[in-house]
Amino acid sequence: MTDAGPAGLVVDAEVSRGSFTLRVAFAAAPGRVLGVLGPNGAGKSTLLHVLAGLTPVDRGRVELAGQVLDDAAGGAFVTAAGRPVGFVFQDYRLFPHLTVADNVAFGPRARGAGRHEARRTADHWLDRLGLADLAGRKPGQLSGGQAQRVALARALAGRQGLLLLDEPLSALDAGTRLDVQAELRRHLADFPGPCLLVTHDPLEALVLADELLVLEDGRIVQQGQPAQVARQPATQYVARLVGLNLYEGVADDSGVSLSGGGRLTRGGPGPRGDVLVAVRPSAIAVSSEPQPEADCGCAWPARVTGLTLLAERVRLSLDGQPAALADVTPEAVAELSLSPGRTVWLAVRPADLEIYPRPDRRHQ
Amino acid sequence: MPPVSLSARARRRRAAARGGPARTAPAPLLIPALVAIAFLVLPLAGLLIRAPWSSLGPALASADATQALELSLWTATTATAISLVIGVPLAWLLARTRFPGQRLLRALVTLPLVLPPVVGGVALLLAFGPTGFLGRYLSSWFGLTIPFTPAAVVMAETFVAMPFLIITVEGALRSSDQGFEEAAATLGARRMTVFRRVTVPLVAPSLGAGAVLCWARALGEFGATITFAGSFPGRTETMPIAVYYALETDPDAAIALSLVLLLVSVVVLVSLRDRWLRGGSAA
Repeated sequence: MTDAGPAGLVVDAEVSRGSFTLRVAFAAAPGRVLGVLGPNGAGKSTLLHVLAGLTPVDRGRVELAGQVLDDAAGGAFVTAAGRPVGFVFQDYRLFPHLTVADNVAFGPRARGAGRHEARRTADHWLDRLGLADLAGRKPGQLSGGQAQRVALARALAGRQGLLLLDEPLSALDAGTRLDVQAELRRHLADFPGPCLLVTHDPLEALVLADELLVLEDGRIVQQGQPAQVARQPATQYVARLVGLNLYEGVADDSGVSLSGGGRLTRGGPGPRGDVLVAVRPSAIAVSSEPQPEADCGCAWPARVTGLTLLAERVRLSLDGQPAALADVTPEAVAELSLSPGRTVWLAVRPADLEIYPRPDRRHQ
Repeated sequence: MPPVSLSARARRRRAAARGGPARTAPAPLLIPALVAIAFLVLPLAGLLIRAPWSSLGPALASADATQALELSLWTATTATAISLVIGVPLAWLLARTRFPGQRLLRALVTLPLVLPPVVGGVALLLAFGPTGFLGRYLSSWFGLTIPFTPAAVVMAETFVAMPFLIITVEGALRSSDQGFEEAAATLGARRMTVFRRVTVPLVAPSLGAGAVLCWARALGEFGATITFAGSFPGRTETMPIAVYYALETDPDAAIALSLVLLLVSVVVLVSLRDRWLRGGSAA
């Protein structure tokens, strides 16, 4: 867990909505972007609502820069309007009846600034985000990328201590997304407080976040550096996101017995006991005959259940012990006459196994 | 069935109408529909045909007519203003909060829509009359007597017309995106600021439509007004009441006043055309 420091965000909270419960404990450091990754319904948006003060916690507390924002036990609660929190909504929620400038000036005005002062603040932020030319437009006259920048300017214009972004790029088309992403990265780097960025796009998380927090079913299943999360995913969901095969098993000296059946031979020393094994699809060799055991360490038969054409490779879905995704060249598909139902032999070199202890999730 | 003859033109028409509304109707539906049209339109046409066009000016310029028109205009406008001031907050309360008895309250608020207006007038009289449970104190403490005054006209009109505004605005509030209000809250806006700067501007079109509807209903109010306020020319005799009495003494004046009310109704309808006259999809 990161040390939040004096200006950081410290959360230890539980919220129930019907049968769904969000229970999280984490800290976010100032000046860093914490990417919150998770499938739909994992509680990502609920988490942002809790931090913004739109939903009070049922148990636990939320603290920002040493100030208690919500404390179920003590009964303290700072309303959304009273929190120094900027929120960029997924659908931006720019006020359709106000101009761009008035949208950005809304926060300063609501927090008590005079008309002229608020307008000056708005102009400053519009300038900073390259929106000065659009000041007089209504939100309906903006492109998706422009609306996204206005939403960011509006969230930043209040000199916030915490910035929340809910899937900020999901409403954009693929072309604009890359431009806006690069720009967003620059602006987030300038933000002095902690920043939480919710996304379900792993690439976005890897590019924009300094640290990742993976939410599944209302719980934190993994938290760490993006590179580490991408290399050693803690759950099938994360493994799928970053495109890895992930197996659970028990490791001994010579290999790993997988809990779903099958065994992978290991190359050298490493963790024993309950482990996870991550394997890149491109590290799995596909052949029509079993290779000699000595060469590859281990091999097993599997039936092709599907083929998907990726950029320059074909991804095979394979059913066996264990089941696997494997990447081959289009030529290999032709040479091995691969089609659904065909049985092939899979092999993986021991050096290509990423074996790491299974994280204990009960501490969350 | 034997084939029917179908001209080239009829064929084209059928092809064009495929999947859309048909151009023909079976007689058992068409004939009653025509009767309905005749029933609704002919009386209004009769009003126009029978109108004393040449003496229209003098009839409207008569003191009685001008007084009734003036009284109607300012009482209906005042009733609408009162409805806006107290009805919009109630609409907000019904749409945006939860409290016990809310369903019952919504039913009570809507009741004047279906209640015979004369019953409303009787109820007002029993409440605010000199012996009414409220009027008694108004009279003994402040020396106020409400029935049979212009204030009574305004009250009767407000009673009958305000629900139109409330249900229109409440519906708009319910269907409006509360995400904007959340966004305003995260920007530091307190609840009143959110209401003033976000909620109201976003429902402004419905607010306008509700106000027009309310005003039109207030302008045409008859039953509650005559029961609670009476019909004193110049004081409580509004246009509809003037029309009713003029019909016996001066039919031409009655027709002239009716034409004015008809004109106002048409103007109201035109101003609401986007909301009420768009076929099918109008909400």
